[in-house]
Amino acid sequence: MLTYYLGLSAILFSIGVAGVIVRRNAIIMFMCIELMLNAVNLSFIALSPYAGIEGQVFVFFVIAVAAAEAAVGLAIIIALFRHVESVDVRNFSLLRW
Amino acid sequence: MELDFQTSVDYFWALLPEIVLSLWAMGVLLADVFQKGSRSEASRPAIAWLALAGIAAAAVANVWLMTVTGTGGMIAVDGFRIFANFILLLAAALAILVSMGYLDRHAMNRGEFYVLLMFAVVGMMILASAQDLILLFVGLELMSVAIYVLVGFNRRDPRSGEAALKYFLLGAFASAFLLYGIALVFGATGTTDLALLAETIGTGVQDAPLLLMMGVGLLAVGFAFKVAAMPFHVWTPDAYDGAPTPITALMATGVKAAAFAALLRVFAVSFGGLHETWVVAFWWLAALTMIGANLVALTQGSVKRMLAYSSIAHAGYVLVAVVAANAVGAAAFLFYLLVYTLMTAGAFGIVIANARGDRERVSLEDYAGLGWQQPVMAAAFAIFLLSLAGFPLTGGFIGKLYILRAALAADQVPLAVILVMASLISYFYYLRVVIVMYMRPAPAADTHAGLTASRPLQVAVGVAAIGVILLFFAPAMVLDAAQGSVAGLFIAQEALFGLSRGP
Repeated sequence: MLTYYLGLSAILFSIGVAGVIVRRNAIIMFMCIELMLNAVNLSFIALSPYAGIEGQVFVFFVIAVAAAEAAVGLAIIIALFRHVESVDVRNFSLLRW
Repeated sequence: MELDFQTSVDYFWALLPEIVLSLWAMGVLLADVFQKGSRSEASRPAIAWLALAGIAAAAVANVWLMTVTGTGGMIAVDGFRIFANFILLLAAALAILVSMGYLDRHAMNRGEFYVLLMFAVVGMMILASAQDLILLFVGLELMSVAIYVLVGFNRRDPRSGEAALKYFLLGAFASAFLLYGIALVFGATGTTDLALLAETIGTGVQDAPLLLMMGVGLLAVGFAFKVAAMPFHVWTPDAYDGAPTPITALMATGVKAAAFAALLRVFAVSFGGLHETWVVAFWWLAALTMIGANLVALTQGSVKRMLAYSSIAHAGYVLVAVVAANAVGAAAFLFYLLVYTLMTAGAFGIVIANARGDRERVSLEDYAGLGWQQPVMAAAFAIFLLSLAGFPLTGGFIGKLYILRAALAADQVPLAVILVMASLISYFYYLRVVIVMYMRPAPAADTHAGLTASRPLQVAVGVAAIGVILLFFAPAMVLDAAQGSVAGLFIAQEALFGLSRGP
């Protein structure tokens, strides 16, 4: 059973990684990061019966941190939207080497 | 005082510097709200001094922590933590000092700036002293979330917002990798406690070696992002360039030092039993970072961006000490982080000072003739640049020497050679700025007239310059302290393996 859970978690995580790399919409990239975090949560829960209760404790911390990150991240996107009127990261090109 | 972490009161004592700083930051936030007449009003200068007093109070609590010993908790109470805390508090104090004039010039003097900065420092201190992967993650995010906001603090400047978004997306991306690594390591070993991890891994018998290896690999990727090692550095130049310069200084010094301290704790100590495996990955990261960052830095026309690449290159030098992973390396690591904090914060201080109104003059041409029109400022900048390059008579030289010694003690001769070669490349771009300052004439006789560095900034730059010089002439005191503070770090490992790597 554990293998299936870990496999699903790995697949979800990979979808998240691919999304961040492929998509260019800041909000969708952020959603993909949330998907990665939740894939990790699934791993923690699945591993917890075998590895210890810390796994479930960890999930609560991850949820709380993800919520704080969402608040700050969306605020940053809005602040930038006021300047550029876009959420497409291709339009954010003031900083270039 | 002896702490055994059987009751939560012990945690209160063990976390005293962090608690003092958190409560103080909340107090500053309230004070700022109550002294303002309206929301749009600028904060009083007293707020910044109050924040600085909070840093000092935390430093006092940190001094008190020296008398405390304790094992078995989620937070380490050892010399390494105390030394790292002092570096982080120093970085924070320098950042606050250089912020004061800067925020006024850019009309963003808000008390939240200092409050967020203090919360970020609490996160750094927790990150650097976490003895459990849960706490490590919480500290990391506490630091990162506050820094995301600070990078985008200049709301009128789209560059600041863009830097914040890029830093946020890649920072959160890296956190997810780190977290996945933690999950897999937890699954393979059944513990998140760093001391237990060291024991479990040190026995050499694993139930799930593949899971453990993947976890270690993902943790390495996550940390490489956070310390900005090549090829995981892509966010660094943009975030450093667009952020308000005092925050760039804090990111280059405090954030990096905290991430490195956690990296050393996790890899060199907890994963000590897997040293042969991860050392290969870090070897390549260090080599690539040192060569790549120095080469790209050569092409930079903006001094601020050049310093960003320089800070990536220095991450490579520090990684060499991590690769050495012995007590000599750990002491060299702490010494280098201290020198690096002083010289980098000082250099960014000069970048802040070389500005007119809210326009920062960061291109190389803007420094032409500075040596003759602003001799003190240029001399200080020259000291920092020469120290970053690793010239004798500066602390940077001694720092590199110790890292080289650690690398040689661990039989990492090729890496030591790469370090020397990379430093030679770096001479070119550091010296170019010095040459432009002194050899190239200014466009007009009054180009640099009336650059008024605020008094706090002068103090910060002066302290940093004196520190950099002192660390060359009297390094023994600091090095002894560094060696004493890492002594406990490898004891568990030596007990397990019966011998230490290198002298």
